[in-house]
Amino acid sequence: MRHATLICVVCLLGLTALLACLNLFTPASSPVHVPIYIVSLAGKYLCFAILALSVDLIWGFAGILSLGHAAFFGLGGYAMGMYLMRQIGPRGMYGNPILPDFMVFLNWKELPWYWHGFDNPVFAVVMALAVPGVLALVFGWLAFRSRVSGVYLSIMTQALTYALALAFNRNDMGFGGYNGLTDFKEMFGFPLQADATRVGLLLATAIILALQLLVARYVVASRFGKVLIAVRDTESRTRFLGYRPEYYKLFVFVLSAIMAGIGGALYVPQVGIINPSEFAPANSIEAVIWVAVGGRGTLVGAILGAVLVNAGKTYFTSALPELWLFALGLLFILVTLLLPAGIMGLFRRRAAAPAEADEAGADEAAPQLTKQDA
Amino acid sequence: MNKPNRADTLLYLDNVSVSFDGFKALNALSLFVQKGEMRAVIGPNGAGKTTMMDVITGKTRPDEGVVMFGTDTDLTKLDEPAIASLGIGRKFQKPTVFEPHTVWDNLLLALAGDRRPRFTLWARETSEEEDRIAAILETTRLTDHRHRRAGDLSHGQKQWLEIGMLLAQEPQLLLVDEPVAGMTDAETAQTAELLRDINRTRSVVVVEHDMDFVRALDVRVTVLHEGSVLSEGTIDHVSADPRVVEVYLGR
Repeated sequence: MRHATLICVVCLLGLTALLACLNLFTPASSPVHVPIYIVSLAGKYLCFAILALSVDLIWGFAGILSLGHAAFFGLGGYAMGMYLMRQIGPRGMYGNPILPDFMVFLNWKELPWYWHGFDNPVFAVVMALAVPGVLALVFGWLAFRSRVSGVYLSIMTQALTYALALAFNRNDMGFGGYNGLTDFKEMFGFPLQADATRVGLLLATAIILALQLLVARYVVASRFGKVLIAVRDTESRTRFLGYRPEYYKLFVFVLSAIMAGIGGALYVPQVGIINPSEFAPANSIEAVIWVAVGGRGTLVGAILGAVLVNAGKTYFTSALPELWLFALGLLFILVTLLLPAGIMGLFRRRAAAPAEADEAGADEAAPQLTKQDA
Repeated sequence: MNKPNRADTLLYLDNVSVSFDGFKALNALSLFVQKGEMRAVIGPNGAGKTTMMDVITGKTRPDEGVVMFGTDTDLTKLDEPAIASLGIGRKFQKPTVFEPHTVWDNLLLALAGDRRPRFTLWARETSEEEDRIAAILETTRLTDHRHRRAGDLSHGQKQWLEIGMLLAQEPQLLLVDEPVAGMTDAETAQTAELLRDINRTRSVVVVEHDMDFVRALDVRVTVLHEGSVLSEGTIDHVSADPRVVEVYLGR
């Protein structure tokens, strides 16, 4: 595990640095030149990788199958989008220095109270972390305290993201309704259309993803993480040892939501738009598939799965657009049947083959013993 | 049954009743365990042995009755983690260890100490913790297996690991549910020895079906039937009790 994490960090930073150099320092005519759209695409994949990592942290290590994690990703994205909207200033279509275009279009006279402060980048970044974090805290506290788990919890998370999708679709909410927030001009003073800004965003995303991986890795390898795995497999037993599983789940759920929120905040400037479709229940389910493909409970696998599946999606949706969802479904079935431990399982199985033979033997012997004596 | 001196009583259940959908799992059960005592609880299936454990450890709330730990702690007001922290450890009938973790880590998680996330997030293994784990590994004869995954242990070894985890919690009272189910004769004898050893410093309540094992423990026996105490005394006393004979042989 430790080696996989290190290899992943090195590859992540190395490959993105290589992409960046090949874009910035080679002429467009060169055969090794990387066009800017590839840079943005890579940045987008890494944002999805952040979402996948946050899903794996709770699903792989705490057994919380969130089918609504894109909600936190989307909220982080909206916080960043609101900042980018305010940065447009008088350059919008209607030239209003304060109100974003969609508010002028809706005939609003003044900025709603919750839009105040978003012209400040520090405030916006804090909100991109705080809003998903607080929502996860409230949701998690209610759910875990009442010992809601398993499929019921999954359905509730799915309902949560669907509710957000419906709410953000409404014009009255003041988040741009169906069209969302777009037409961004600049971020932290850098023009978003410039190649250098896009390369910078890619590098920032890679560094933040690497840091998140290290944080997640620290958490799961700590004594906290060992308790978390114990909670995942035998929750009631941890209670009789004196642990309070709800606090462990709550901490990791909030951490995961904040991680996803950061991913969303990095995603929006790179794709140039945020709208309610980010809250679509299918998005959250896709994130779970990325994790399953890469290998649940491996962290590195989540990143690998997110990048590979999304690269596949980019190819399929341009080559055979109508077949993509079938391909995704087929992929999920094949992985579940043939690679229950995902891509990472391929590496691990080879390393741990002798130990697994032992285990099979021991498992066969144990039930016979109990049956005889019971 | 005489009510004992409360000052020496560690566990005090009086008139405890629990019903599930009209079925009385415990029916005015009264049981007193002295400090330092080992008590065996026997009874046919459905006698209420496991429900009694559930009530003591906070998993099930009694409909009525008093459940006290020591002189002044009302267990019916507390939940499982709070009761575990008070010093009541429980071993389940089916061995439940943390399978993906090593034997060592299982004991580490069970060691008495701060259970809060803010502690475990930063905790480092101290040499004192290592000494305590090493001592428990010695007692439970698992030293050679300390780096193995708990899920890979044999059935008997898992039972022992779970007893080791109980010891690591440093409870005042151990509740042990069928510790020798599925064990070989040699393992059963070793387990009886281990429990007697533990009983030197702690109180123990053992629920067991295996009469030979109960005889080997040589302690006061409580026979449960249909949720209340049918008979209590030495193993010879209860085996001679005609009501006990009828309950056991009548089935």
